[in-house]
Amino acid sequence: MNKREAIFSAFPLCLCVSVVRFVPFALALLAVSPAPTFAGDGTRTDKPVIEIAKPGKCIAPAEEMRRNHMDMLKHQRDRTLRLGIRGEPVTLNGCIECHASQKTGSVLGEGNFCQSCHAYAAVKLDCFECHQPKAGFKATGVKP
Amino acid sequence: MTSPQTPDNARRKFIAAAGAGVAGLGFTAIAPGLHLMAVGEANAAPTPRKAGEPANPAVRWGLLIDANKCAPGCTKCIDACHTENGVSANLPDPRQNSQWIRKIELVDRRPGKTRGHVTQLPMMCQHCAEPPCVDVCPTGASMKRADGIVLVDRHTCIGCRYCMMACPYKARSFVHAPLNDQNPEVPRGKGCVESCTLCVHRIDKGQQPACVESCPEGAMTFGDLNDADSAIAKRIASVPTTQVRADLRLNPGVRYEGL
Ligand code: HEC
Ligand code: HEC
Ligand code: HEC
Repeated sequence: MNKREAIFSAFPLCLCVSVVRFVPFALALLAVSPAPTFAGDGTRTDKPVIEIAKPGKCIAPAEEMRRNHMDMLKHQRDRTLRLGIRGEPVTLNGCIECHASQKTGSVLGEGNFCQSCHAYAAVKLDCFECHQPKAGFKATGVKP
Repeated sequence: MTSPQTPDNARRKFIAAAGAGVAGLGFTAIAPGLHLMAVGEANAAPTPRKAGEPANPAVRWGLLIDANKCAPGCTKCIDACHTENGVSANLPDPRQNSQWIRKIELVDRRPGKTRGHVTQLPMMCQHCAEPPCVDVCPTGASMKRADGIVLVDRHTCIGCRYCMMACPYKARSFVHAPLNDQNPEVPRGKGCVESCTLCVHRIDKGQQPACVESCPEGAMTFGDLNDADSAIAKRIASVPTTQVRADLRLNPGVRYEGL
């Protein structure tokens, strides 16, 4: 079901009288929604585009990653930097290796993994002021 | 003031065990280059730590720099350091460029035979056992890792620069402008203080600091000051070495020979 249908089914009574009145409203909604399009899985809300560049398995189930990745990362950075523990499953460079887009090599930029979801959720990271968002190769100065 | 300089057998066993884990991790300990042999003894690479193992408090990483071997005008260690750590020299104001290591030339002005003699002194974070930068830090960002490496945790650094004032070696730099050419293994960014990390990311992989590896004269020895069998500890036990500003009793991990 797309957004327009959702609105229509939410206001079934209006359907007969004022289809025309609602069309601009629905169009306006379409216009303000972020570039990611509606996920057609029957929910009423939009979803961000999640492109998995390297299919396989994440370090934890997707549900857990969605909810807890920020805590994992903030916990891990102290373990790595302050205690010197390396080689654990959570590493920011690890996320980037797997999740960088095949096209741009970066996790940032429109439609790319970390950024598209954060733009959707209105989260702004400062991590990439220091951390290199690109996997494998030297940056050319691309910033979000 | 001094940390224990005794060999530690538990540590050796640990190293052996860590070595067993190496193959699985795919790390290869680099063979010491020929130039490193010139120090007199093999400049052994550190053993990489096993995954999940914290820094070992029995170890104290240190450097011994032979000022007599350091060639005038040579900047190989500086270049290698800055390439390895992505410290570029292209900020809008060149005076703001970070310096993780620099070379000082000391000219002897005392009357006598040695008058005019120039001593080469590569200077960087001295990785003190009693680091003043850690004492003054208001957020706990300036820290000493268990194996003696003094670092800035840039996740908590607020850029106040007290540590820069406190450091008698002028070893720290502040990042004044946004950066975008970082090495992925060495995150750096605007608003934080930074300094030599002894190439902590390399040490943890079982490599030597970039400066040590790059020195064509073999003027630098890297190793564990606490391990009496290490090349660095043996050398310090057998020749006179200097701590810069020993009067401050900071017990630096970087020692000099021939000053
Ligand atoms: C001011 C610079 C700076 C910023 C901003 C920053 N980091 Fe770091 N981060 C570092 C440095 C320096 C290291 C140490 C790298 C090393 O020794 O390997 C590090 C290491 C890490 C590590 C462990 C190494 C790895 O690859 O896993 C994690 C995890 C991490 N940071 C997460 C974050 C997260 C999450 C953010 C944003 C909330 C962030 N950092 C922001 C500088 C920064
Ligand atoms: C070995 C490669 C790999 C690594 C390392 C990795 N991921 Fe993943 N990640 C994946 C794959 C593949 C998926 C999709 C799996 C799925 O949907 O079950 C995924 C899914 C996710 C999701 C859920 C996306 C969604 O569907 O909503 C998040 C969030 C995520 N990863 C964040 C991270 C973070 C943060 C890190 C670093 C701590 C990380 N990942 C490290 C491969 C990886
Ligand atoms: C499935 C959507 C999604 C994806 C994909 C995703 N994030 Fe997040 N991330 C979030 C949400 C939502 C929050 C905010 C949570 C909150 O405010 O409690 C967040 C917060 C964070 C935070 C904490 C920010 C802060 O200022 O406290 C970090 C760090 C972070 N994400 C890192 C990453 C990295 C790195 C990636 C890419 C590897 C990534 N995230 C991918 C949804 C996502």
